[in-house]
Amino acid sequence: MIVADRKPLDEILASIEPYKKIMLMGCGGCVTICFSGGAKAVELLASQIRMARNKAGSDIDIVECTPERQCEFEFIDAFKEQIASVEAVLSIACGVGVQTMNEHLAEGVTIPGLNTKFMGYPVEHGLWQERCAGCGDCVLQWTGGLCPVARCAKRLFNGPCGGSAGGRCEVDKEVECVWQLIHDRLEKLNKLENLEIVRPARDWRTSTNAGQRKVKFEEAML
Amino acid sequence: MTDFEPKIVAFCCNFCAFAAADLAGAMRLQYPPNVRIVRLPCTGKVDALHLLKAFESGADGVFVAGCMEGECHFLEGNLRARKRVAYVKRLIAEVGLEPERVEMFNLSSAMGGRFAEIAEEMTARVKRLGPTVPARRKEAAES
Repeated sequence: MIVADRKPLDEILASIEPYKKIMLMGCGGCVTICFSGGAKAVELLASQIRMARNKAGSDIDIVECTPERQCEFEFIDAFKEQIASVEAVLSIACGVGVQTMNEHLAEGVTIPGLNTKFMGYPVEHGLWQERCAGCGDCVLQWTGGLCPVARCAKRLFNGPCGGSAGGRCEVDKEVECVWQLIHDRLEKLNKLENLEIVRPARDWRTSTNAGQRKVKFEEAML
Repeated sequence: MTDFEPKIVAFCCNFCAFAAADLAGAMRLQYPPNVRIVRLPCTGKVDALHLLKAFESGADGVFVAGCMEGECHFLEGNLRARKRVAYVKRLIAEVGLEPERVEMFNLSSAMGGRFAEIAEEMTARVKRLGPTVPARRKEAAES
């Protein structure tokens, strides 16, 4: 899932400062799960904004809504009429949601209320960690299911580096060295020979290095 | 601001604080009339949204009163409420309100005197802090 974190309230207030009537739009997808952009987050943020604006002496009217997913036209289309009645939309979906809104409903302006962080999962209640960097050429089959691209600070393919000590990363002692984890896991799986196979240098064009990427599924195209 | 009478909303657990408030009444204890009680089946029922909406609707102070830690009828409800109160302290601080305006208290149903004390304490605290928004704007918001 995509994990995002709410922007500081001051930054949000500054970005909606000129407006008297806005829509606060959440998303029922990933950001609901990480508590930053679901229906409840919409209610909490709307309440905070109204209180801050009331305190500052410039009231604001907020239309609250949370489509199933903000990253698909079909779901945001349902709110078209309401969107037309507001001056701007404050979106607390991921960056994809914000861009879907701006591109599909080009006549209005949609402002982000979240900082989109990474693709990851909740390792415990209330704590999410990065697990996938979307690099476009998955190597998990060789690494015991642990990703060196997302989890190694140096994105090494032949770790661990000299900075790995006691199973911890030199960049941050709180972070486990993923190459230590990969080694331990492969040893447990009796597949340590995976690490002895010489592989060609990685072609990073599948990642973000070659510009915007796309995926096509022709059978689904109309 | 000597004539400021704060509005304080108290979210009280049915098994302890609410019963304690009842006992305070039965004991003929005096406590400030500024406190409005909302009765809950457990403080674990309270949501950050309830506390925030109370402020938005014009409350100057809010407190949650649950069972003593370790004595919740639903085991962990009061511990969860404590976390939510801490969360709301951060939320109202972002808005520019003092975090002391919201507080968590723990007491048992036998502590009628303590309930009156808490009501006194919160009323005095919020009186010292003043209203959440300038009075003129507040009246407009409430109307």
